[in-house]
Amino acid sequence: MDWLFKFPQLNSDFLLAIKRGIDGSLREFTRNYGDAIESAFDPLKRILVFFEQVISGAPWPVVILAIAAIGWFASRKWSVVAAVVATLLAIGLLGLWEPTMKTISLVFSATLFSVGIGIPLGIIMNRFKVAGRFLQGLLDIMQTMPPFVYLIPVVMLLGIGRVPGFIAVVIYAIPPIIRLTDLGIRMVDKEVLEAADAYGCSRWQKLIKVQLPLALPTIMAGINQTIMMALGMVVIASMIGVQGLGLNVLEAIANQYFTQGILNGFAIVGIAIIFDRISQAYGQRLQRHRGAAHD
Amino acid sequence: MTDATRTGKSASIDIRNLYKIFGKNPKACVDLVRKGMTKAELGKDHSHILGLNDINISIPAGKIQVVMGLSGSGKSTLIRHINRLIEPTSGSILVNGRNVLEMNETELRDFRRQNTAMVFQRFALLPHRSVIDNVTFGLEVRGVDRAKARDTGMRWIERVGLTGFETRYPDELSGGMQQRVGLARALSNDAPILLMDEAYSALDPLIRTDMQTMLLDLQKELNKTIVFITHDLDEALRLGDRIVILRDGSIIQQGDAQDILLRPADDYIERFVKDVNRGRFLKVDAVMDRAEAIDIGSRLRIPAGTTLEVAARELTTSAADAAVVIDAGGKPLGLITLRKITAALSSASEAH
Repeated sequence: MDWLFKFPQLNSDFLLAIKRGIDGSLREFTRNYGDAIESAFDPLKRILVFFEQVISGAPWPVVILAIAAIGWFASRKWSVVAAVVATLLAIGLLGLWEPTMKTISLVFSATLFSVGIGIPLGIIMNRFKVAGRFLQGLLDIMQTMPPFVYLIPVVMLLGIGRVPGFIAVVIYAIPPIIRLTDLGIRMVDKEVLEAADAYGCSRWQKLIKVQLPLALPTIMAGINQTIMMALGMVVIASMIGVQGLGLNVLEAIANQYFTQGILNGFAIVGIAIIFDRISQAYGQRLQRHRGAAHD
Repeated sequence: MTDATRTGKSASIDIRNLYKIFGKNPKACVDLVRKGMTKAELGKDHSHILGLNDINISIPAGKIQVVMGLSGSGKSTLIRHINRLIEPTSGSILVNGRNVLEMNETELRDFRRQNTAMVFQRFALLPHRSVIDNVTFGLEVRGVDRAKARDTGMRWIERVGLTGFETRYPDELSGGMQQRVGLARALSNDAPILLMDEAYSALDPLIRTDMQTMLLDLQKELNKTIVFITHDLDEALRLGDRIVILRDGSIIQQGDAQDILLRPADDYIERFVKDVNRGRFLKVDAVMDRAEAIDIGSRLRIPAGTTLEVAARELTTSAADAAVVIDAGGKPLGLITLRKITAALSSASEAH
């Protein structure tokens, strides 16, 4: 009866050989192509550095003014603007201005990239059912796989620094925008689509004139989710060399600096709330006249 | 009337042997239906749904063809075949002699842009666009110059009585106003065929009557080929030059209002007809005693096409016992009496 209690696993030598084989060839691959791949990512690195320099290098009043202006245009509410300014001032007074700017620049560029890739992928997912199912599975993996696992090959190939951190954040943050773009398009009122067909819309016209505008509130909800998830990743990303608030938190954990930990933690919460309110307020404004999208 | 509201194009529609079966393998079931299998049998034994069964309708250009039936009768499926929003299982649809079902994607798109316009039961307006942008949607899709489209759109907005509302959004308008937008959108397209899928069913009764009047007034100028779907017999009788009654995907009667009221094809239609105000729809020509060689003299004259309601009132007030029905040229067609009218109003079926 022994076999009932001991799972009949594959031969351990065999398993060991598999592990060694894969690890060995990955190492080999890294040794041979690592530099080439790293240089291929060089433009991305330069863009990231550029964003960071623009945001960190700008005079602080300009940054506050710019973010407050975004808040105003998105929400048209003074309360949102006031909250934005107060939060940023508090962060600055507590001496966290510089890491906060680094974090904001990373989250900003990761979100921009995720939206740029995610919306077209969401459209493809909606349009092609087979590709959609494949993508669905991939997104499930991306969302549930512990980040450290896919960070191993990324770090092996690209080393430590901004680019692998950025990739990790994007992988983690891109699924909601893809899923919600697909969902938004699927929820567009069927009769309106029929009208678009009846008036002779081409596929492209239908997408641009009807489906995307009506899916926009849902897509905005996806962008909001993406921003939040990107912010959630900054601490993990700091483990592979991303600077900013996450690194401070990591340091605080390692050294048991409670106050440093909690202040940086609150700074993350602060910018999360700013991003969230701004994007949600914008989404709500879009909601006007588009109620049909959520019928 | 301005240029924008006039159309030189006209189109007749010929629907021949049209079948639509919903299910996994509809083609295989067509023969069963041709051999006489009913909707119930097909559903029970083959789990396919019979949508349309051997539909033959020919709609002349410039007429209002009403398709009437209760829910599930296939009327909405039928109208969607004309612009091929639904693919048929078998049959043909000829518009000006050209088979819509043989068009490829580009031809079909072009056909929809140039030849048809559709009005929907739940309006199907684009909620994110203002009234004017909704009205010009069809023109925009066709690639008409923006300023020109706007001009046309504004004229139609005025024509349906929505001036002043062009920058509003659909969710700020009442149902009746939204459907006016829907109608203006369809008319802006200047297509010879107007497809109206239960266009007024979602409206309050009074507004519905207003919209019917507006449609009839417009039709006098436009002479479009209108296919109007409804479940309301009053609406069908009021609007239809010709009426088709559908049940379970088959046509059970085809004719004009007089045919349907005076000669209902079966019990089913008779039950419908019973509750209708016959005096409002029946015309003197349909119930008069035909006689062309009458001396009109000083007798009361009633023009052909007058409803029994009106004729009865005139006869009662004039105290004459009979009136001469005359045609547009003043020639006598026959005699109508109060007794004849009363008989036609009260009889449930045969009046002749």
